[in-house]
Amino acid sequence: MQLPLKGVTILEFCQYLSGPVAGLRLADFGARVIKIEQPVKGDSCRQLAIKNFWLDESSLLFHTINRNKESVAVNLKNSDDITFIKKLILKADVILHNFRPGVMEKWGLDYASVKKINPGIVYTEISGYGKKGPWKNKPGQDLLTQSISGLTNSSGNNNDYPIPFGLAIGDYLCGNQAVQAILAALIRRHKTGQGSLLELSLLESLLDFQFEFFTTYFQTNQQPKRSEFNNGHSLLSAPYGIYKTLDSYIAVAMMPLEKLNKVLQNKELEKYNESETFKKRDEIKSVLAKCFLTADTNTWLQKMHEHDLWVMPVLNWEELIQTSTYQRLNMEQEFVVGNKKIKTTRCPIRINKQYFLSTIPAPKLGEHTEKLKKELEK
Amino acid sequence: MKLLEDLLIVDFSQFLSGPSASLRLADMGARVIKIERPVTGDICRSLYVSDVKVNGESTIFHAINRNKESYQADIKNPHDLNEIKKLIKKADVLIHNFRPGVMERNGLSYDIVKALNPKLIYASINGYGDEGGWKDKPGQDLLLQAVSGLTFLTGNIEDNPTPMGVAVTDILAGTHLVQGILTALFSRITTGEGALVEVSMLESLLDFQFEVLTCFYNDGHALPQRSAVSNGHAYIGAPYGIYKSAEGYLALAMVDIPSLGRLLECDALLSYTNPSDWFDKRDKIKVILKDHLSLKSTHEWLAILEPADIWCAEVFDYDKLMKQDGYKVLEMEQDVSIGNQFLKTTRCPIRVDGQILKSAKGAPSLGEHTISIQKEFDF
Repeated sequence: MQLPLKGVTILEFCQYLSGPVAGLRLADFGARVIKIEQPVKGDSCRQLAIKNFWLDESSLLFHTINRNKESVAVNLKNSDDITFIKKLILKADVILHNFRPGVMEKWGLDYASVKKINPGIVYTEISGYGKKGPWKNKPGQDLLTQSISGLTNSSGNNNDYPIPFGLAIGDYLCGNQAVQAILAALIRRHKTGQGSLLELSLLESLLDFQFEFFTTYFQTNQQPKRSEFNNGHSLLSAPYGIYKTLDSYIAVAMMPLEKLNKVLQNKELEKYNESETFKKRDEIKSVLAKCFLTADTNTWLQKMHEHDLWVMPVLNWEELIQTSTYQRLNMEQEFVVGNKKIKTTRCPIRINKQYFLSTIPAPKLGEHTEKLKKELEK
Repeated sequence: MKLLEDLLIVDFSQFLSGPSASLRLADMGARVIKIERPVTGDICRSLYVSDVKVNGESTIFHAINRNKESYQADIKNPHDLNEIKKLIKKADVLIHNFRPGVMERNGLSYDIVKALNPKLIYASINGYGDEGGWKDKPGQDLLLQAVSGLTFLTGNIEDNPTPMGVAVTDILAGTHLVQGILTALFSRITTGEGALVEVSMLESLLDFQFEVLTCFYNDGHALPQRSAVSNGHAYIGAPYGIYKSAEGYLALAMVDIPSLGRLLECDALLSYTNPSDWFDKRDKIKVILKDHLSLKSTHEWLAILEPADIWCAEVFDYDKLMKQDGYKVLEMEQDVSIGNQFLKTTRCPIRVDGQILKSAKGAPSLGEHTISIQKEFDF
């Protein structure tokens, strides 16, 4: 398969996750993604390790997010380097950056300046909180944007603290939305020749993510309230949530109470009717929590699946990777760093039954500087 | 010109995953026609969430189906199917989120549709892919979170597995589907050919966990350990997390522990000079912080930490958030019309050429555009 974005060049002036996760997706779709990094340190993510896991001078984390890309190291305060970057911009289709507002301006690489060099450029900016207002200079860090966005009142139970999502949802979503916008802008550019300025922020991405909650809140003026026990989604009725069984845990989605009680045959549950499943969800959930403790997960799954109820086991990764479903997805791929084989996940999208796979590892800092300089001389 | 002007999307999808994809395409300028079955339509119309309704239908339906048209048809009726096929011939994209085999049984398999319209992008979301033991299981958000390992990342170590309290699976699968659709549309410009684009909710959640799964694969399959106190991320050291202060809550991201100790005048933190301890001894450090931060209000702490450029923030609920200038300046809200009422909802999060993408067009009533579409396409 010819990769769909073959021939598209992207300059990634990014660090950490939000921008680089967008660059990774576009690279897997076939774009040439060139990281523009500062000398010596480069993308700060090179020095950010999780579980202290390093592959070379950069962390496993950096390698995971930046595989399949090239790297150019330049000092943007140096005029020769700026000239080089401007030549690169002339050849590029997309610029992606996630600096705080004002930084690209300082280097003369803001949209107005870049547009003069290359009017067709798709210029994409990711910030923490937008470019206006009192928060524009706050660090656009994932946990902080989650906390500000109200998202931390959605997970966990009502008596808990605010609980953040245990993954960088703001970065990840915003980067993925940037990919959508970039692709749409490239489609328009093909029709009209027109370039674009695309602006996204972690906060707006997280507000969009909560659209169900905000729309409900705007109608009722009542804040979403997590259930007291086994909260799965603050807007949903009982039984929705995860329950402890005799040996592990089971996830129970939406289902009519009566149908559920055909399996459970619980006297206490009979007292409640379907119209009360939201208002009395805490009472109902505490009845259910006691009931699910009386048998093991497999027993419940078997009985409940017989009645076509929406339940699944709660698995950890070790259990997940043993399942035939996981194995048939062929979700894993490898790249090599030094003499170490590293296993990672592939792009989650399939086109014409083909996976987007790549064995190209992340670049060393400045690995492609000379090569690109030569290319531009041609 | 809007980014996706002149593109026609025929959308068979229901609930959230597919409709969230077509909403994004609509907001970027595409025309989206929902194909809905008679009487019930998209099941989301009657999916009442916390008993809140608009015009007798669920608020969520209205929020996610604004800016779309509705064409009512019964796929099982040969006459209706024939008309749907006429519409498909004119379309650029078809979206569905049925379980594997349903579109095939309805006579709208990719092969059949491709023969009708070779330039069509045929895009589908299902729960678990087309193979394996769970392929016929419902692709439901909580259930996917449960099997994907995701529930061991949120909450503290003593908590039950904790799902993320937003339909993250649906939204991510929808987001990925849009990426696949647009990359296929881009490719079509040069090849002239349509494509089959597929996403499963499980693949989407695995991708969401790509950083931590990569660590798991290469670290002898060590499972994640949430911290005992104020867990923010199972793989990140102290102080990362949310703390209760004397008044309100405070989020702290990555911060050098001794520096934090000096700023907060918390002497017990000063001895943690070795950065590897910030991960290895994070529960101890977090307990010290938890006790210390309870001494003053969030505002008092922020007044010390923010000027020192420490990565921190106040934790807001919706009532507080709405009052902030930083929220208001985003103009995140918009009103959409439903009959002669208005519904306040959020807008598309992307800005194009300095403009916010808004649309006042509310969600359609079931079959609202059937007759006008029949006329327009000359059925």
